[in-house]
Amino acid sequence: MNAVTRLLRLSAAPALALAFSMAVTAVVLAVSGHPPLGTLRSMVEYAGRRNTQVLIVNSAMSYYIAAVAVAVCFRMRLLNIGIDGQYRLGALAAATVGGYLALPAPIHLVLIVGAAMLAGAAWALIAAVLKVRRGVSEIISTIMLNYIATGIVAYLLQPGRLAEVVPGSNNIGTPEIPPSVRIPGISIPGATQPILGLGVIAIVVGVAYWYVVNRTTYGFDLRATGSSRDAALASGVNVRRMIITTMLVSGATAGLIGLPLLLGRTYTYSLDFPAGVAFTGIAIALLGRNHPIGIAAAALLFGFLDNANQILALNGIPKEIINITQGTIVISVVVSYEFVRRRATRAEQRMVGRSAPALAASVS
Amino acid sequence: MSSDHRAPAVELIGITKRFPGVVANNDITFRVAPGTVHALVGENGAGKSTLVNTLYGMHQPDEGRIVIAGSEVTFRSPADAIGHGIGMVHQHFKLADNLTVLENVVAGAEPRRGWFLDRRAGAERIRELAARHHFDVDPDARVEALGVGARQRVEILKVLYRGARIVILDEPTAVLVPQEVDELLVGLRELASQGLTVIFISHKLDEVLRVADDVTVLRRGSTVGTVKATELSARDLATMMIGAELSAPDARIEVADAAPVLVVRDLSVAEAGRRSLDAVNLSIRPGEILGVAGVEGNGQSELIEAVMGIRPIASGSITLDRGGAGPGASAELTHLTTRARREMGIGYIPEDRSRQALLLDAPLWENRILGHQTIPPCAAGSRIDRVGARRDTQRIVDEFDVRTPNIDVTAGSLSGGNQQKLIVGREMSGAPRLVIAAHPTRGVDVGAQEAIWQLLRDAQRGGLAVLLVSADLDELVRLSTRLVVLLRGRITAEFDPDDVSLAELGAAMTGARGAA
Amino acid sequence: MTHIDVSQANPPSLKRFVPNRTWQLAAVGIVLVSLVRWVSGVDSLTSSGSFAAAIGSAVPIMMAGLGALVSERAGVINISLEGSMILGTFGAGWIGWQHGPWLGLLAAVLFGTIGAIVHATATVTFGVDQIISGVAVNILALGLSQYLATAMFQGTPGGGRTQSPPIPPIGRVSLPGADWMLGALEDTHIVVVSDVAAALRAALVDVPIVTVIAFALVVATSVVLWRTAFGLRHRMCGEDPFAADTLGVNVVRHKYAAVVASGAFAGLGGGYLAIVAANIYREGQTAGRGFIGLGTVVFGNWMPSGMAGGAALFGYIDSQQLRSEAGAHAMLLLLAAFVAAVTLYLAWKRDWKRSTRLGLIAGATALWYAATDVLPPQAAFIAPYVATLVVLAAAGKGFRPPKMTGVPFRKGEQS
Repeated sequence: MNAVTRLLRLSAAPALALAFSMAVTAVVLAVSGHPPLGTLRSMVEYAGRRNTQVLIVNSAMSYYIAAVAVAVCFRMRLLNIGIDGQYRLGALAAATVGGYLALPAPIHLVLIVGAAMLAGAAWALIAAVLKVRRGVSEIISTIMLNYIATGIVAYLLQPGRLAEVVPGSNNIGTPEIPPSVRIPGISIPGATQPILGLGVIAIVVGVAYWYVVNRTTYGFDLRATGSSRDAALASGVNVRRMIITTMLVSGATAGLIGLPLLLGRTYTYSLDFPAGVAFTGIAIALLGRNHPIGIAAAALLFGFLDNANQILALNGIPKEIINITQGTIVISVVVSYEFVRRRATRAEQRMVGRSAPALAASVS
Repeated sequence: MSSDHRAPAVELIGITKRFPGVVANNDITFRVAPGTVHALVGENGAGKSTLVNTLYGMHQPDEGRIVIAGSEVTFRSPADAIGHGIGMVHQHFKLADNLTVLENVVAGAEPRRGWFLDRRAGAERIRELAARHHFDVDPDARVEALGVGARQRVEILKVLYRGARIVILDEPTAVLVPQEVDELLVGLRELASQGLTVIFISHKLDEVLRVADDVTVLRRGSTVGTVKATELSARDLATMMIGAELSAPDARIEVADAAPVLVVRDLSVAEAGRRSLDAVNLSIRPGEILGVAGVEGNGQSELIEAVMGIRPIASGSITLDRGGAGPGASAELTHLTTRARREMGIGYIPEDRSRQALLLDAPLWENRILGHQTIPPCAAGSRIDRVGARRDTQRIVDEFDVRTPNIDVTAGSLSGGNQQKLIVGREMSGAPRLVIAAHPTRGVDVGAQEAIWQLLRDAQRGGLAVLLVSADLDELVRLSTRLVVLLRGRITAEFDPDDVSLAELGAAMTGARGAA
Repeated sequence: MTHIDVSQANPPSLKRFVPNRTWQLAAVGIVLVSLVRWVSGVDSLTSSGSFAAAIGSAVPIMMAGLGALVSERAGVINISLEGSMILGTFGAGWIGWQHGPWLGLLAAVLFGTIGAIVHATATVTFGVDQIISGVAVNILALGLSQYLATAMFQGTPGGGRTQSPPIPPIGRVSLPGADWMLGALEDTHIVVVSDVAAALRAALVDVPIVTVIAFALVVATSVVLWRTAFGLRHRMCGEDPFAADTLGVNVVRHKYAAVVASGAFAGLGGGYLAIVAANIYREGQTAGRGFIGLGTVVFGNWMPSGMAGGAALFGYIDSQQLRSEAGAHAMLLLLAAFVAAVTLYLAWKRDWKRSTRLGLIAGATALWYAATDVLPPQAAFIAPYVATLVVLAAAGKGFRPPKMTGVPFRKGEQS
């Protein structure tokens, strides 16, 4: 199968899914009395504005990191829904190290990033150990750990513990991070807000993801385990060790999600720090087929949907229509993968059947 | 033909069944007298399971007729067969562990009072059936708590509960320990004496002869004959089963008298109370090909996986000699991971290549890396060396004549023979000390088979030790320098391939000589 | 010779909830709680008001748990129940405020099945991975309910983008005379007697009819699953669908029925939240109860009685945390007492290693109680989730999910 066929095959399912979701969204809009095409047009127009584009890019960067965190696990057929908790604990740890320590900037920055990754990884480790040693499904355990993380963060984020009242408001947050470690944004001419400077972390994460998965022994083991557990075992992969390592990597990555916002705009972890990205991350990873570029495209799409819909309220269209679109995308993506996959398998089986003297052994 | 004057309970006449690329049953005819135990024997691949699946309605024959008690029938599904009084006990039990015996037996045919399950009526009927056939069973026991022999009885009860008069059993003794086998065989005779017709598939000739009235032998899809059990000895049966004369072994390569490369001592593997490997001892010297013969299911997979570290062992030790002098030359593998064992110089050609040796959706050059992802040329440190892997894949393709347009096609698109050549080439790279080859030419065309054999022989000359497991006796005899037989997890015989006869080999493989 | 024994030569130990064992545990539990109340003097631990709140918190969790149980018993893991519940809250709000609570409840049930139908189609017909489908349906359900809420509630009296106008309350029932008699008993404050009276009073006095329906559903499910032919086939689909298929059971139909029923139950739970607990639909009202429901199923070892017990436990923890600081704090002592009881049991069984470990935990918990006056609210908040994790981790091999749950079924394919 050459490269073009492969590309077509890979993008068939997502394309089908997108088309289907757009159709469903259009139907819902039409039934509610709103013009589907007009809605799309106003969203696209709105996305043409520089400000919106900056917002889209900023959102997409966080989504990208979240999706990569999920994708690493997906490659091995693990499902890490816990990136919510890992992300928030990572951000809180980073904000704490940032706000409470005073060190020369380079070291400080390294420590901040390190704290974020460490916190996220440690949180993921709990689920990994539970799975490897007690056989607890990582799905339930990570969901539970998300809620527990919420409790822990709520507990720590109180005056007298890790946080203090932000002067002049009702907000409570960690002490502000000193200017020496704040990352300046990238100004875009024509936009009032900058692109978050540390968003380049997303690029680093993407490159690292691509490199580790495709160019290292660990990455090979990862893909082999996801592709065929038996072949991986026979080739020497230690599956239990892989589970732990992969969850650690995933958790560390998830810990990074909040850093661009933390070091680029808010400078503190406070009550209104954005909450859940887990499901969006999963949706994007699914849509992007765990591929570094696919995920980027999907992240931008979701960023577009999430931000361009602000214009809809002005036209009297509930902006939550986007959530329907997103939800439909996810469902139709997974259904269409399965569909495409089965057809491909059946085709290949027919091919093998045609050329097989081989089946004698399996028929007895 | 069996000489019984009553009308046959079951007649299969001219049954032919084809699958893509192979004729599983070729014009098979045999008759089963009512109230008898009729055994169907043959090697793996002979077509036994296909035949009974036809009888049970799981598929339709391409040609031929089925006649039950004198009337011709067509079965479109097992439900039809069940309706005609046929019941099947599969080799792999279809029992729900968490449910009770009663629940498993009655599901789908439940005794009811309105919408409610009438457990009492069901339990009564089960106890009644059990008593009639001298089985011992507690309807309220959970299946999970039952041993294998008891579970089989539940499967038989399932069949009897639905009024079966013809009971088919597929390899019923494969998973039983000796006492359970005795109990089962007695139970089967009991069924026959009550007027039921029992058909069972087996390759264990000693058991067959203990219980069957008549035996039908299948080989390569055709009937060899049906005989009365009393007229035959096990050796005769074995010969009928295995068939053609063994080929002459190839020119013997002298084996150096050096220290053995692989030493396995008292190796035992236990699963669910049963020893699938029982105190196995073997050793292989450099340049030696040790062939392990045996009917599938007697411990071969367990042996291979234990040596490779994929299966945990209950006791015993495995040692590898890495060559060279001094300490560290001999390594104790018993506690090492699979990866470490591979890195020590063991190559592994698994028996199921598409599941265990290949990533079907990955290109050939990535499959080259599989199993060698930590050593050159595929890896440099923790980095995958793509260039090295690609170069070496091309080398393998050229040297081993793997027919493929290029090394970027997926492994799944190659034919079986070429896949196997790739695998063999891969596992032989890096000058391994030991190669474990399981059915290395299964499903491979003749040309590729010859090529692979030549590769093994060439490597043997270079001092490679090979553990060869195969169901192809030709292959074993032609390649091995020594031959052992694995039966019920034990090495029961050793032969020199130069002067073993088919009868001897067959007898040892099927236990026809009696005590293991 | 080395012995590396990893094989499971013996059958796993039976750790299922046999009925009389459940009664024994319940009795021990009652006595312990009672003693702790008496010792600590914190009446709210066992007041009828607390128990009533506990039941109220428990019902939605229990409905989600019932749904998860029914679905998994037929072999389909349904984590989209949170979404079904959310849709249920919306349905109750939308129809309820206009047409009264009973129609609202019906709407909740129907809306709950929407998500379930999507999940069933994706997993049973298309063979999509059940977890991924569940996650996807959750996303879709959330989006749909948010959209519909904005569309339907904006501009309504008392309603807005994230909440509906108030829903008229649903009827309540009481057993005549119970209030007076049990109230008197409760006021005596005699150990065990007054606590049991308080519990009974909460169960029999001023109970919303929905609650009665919910408990009736749990009992009915038990009966159907274990005493009818339909139920046997249903369970077999979860244990070994291939065996069931060979026996003529229509596995696909059973799976669909199971998933749709689970959505209906979860929807009912959502209806309860909107109509009884809050009197309105509010965004975010489910707060993960659909997921806790999954935990109760494990807690109950896939049996309705155990699951309901788990829901009651979580409901109780939840309600203490909401009602009374002293009560929340006293929970520590309660926990210490329970762990101590298990420690004694293990010691009696001569399992020294585990009993020492647990004894230390009991001691530490008791110390924590003695050393503090108040339990941080977050500790109570995370208690149910931690409990679920602990239960899952401790379970190990003793627990018994339906064997083939989560495995896609394709007709004709051998296992």
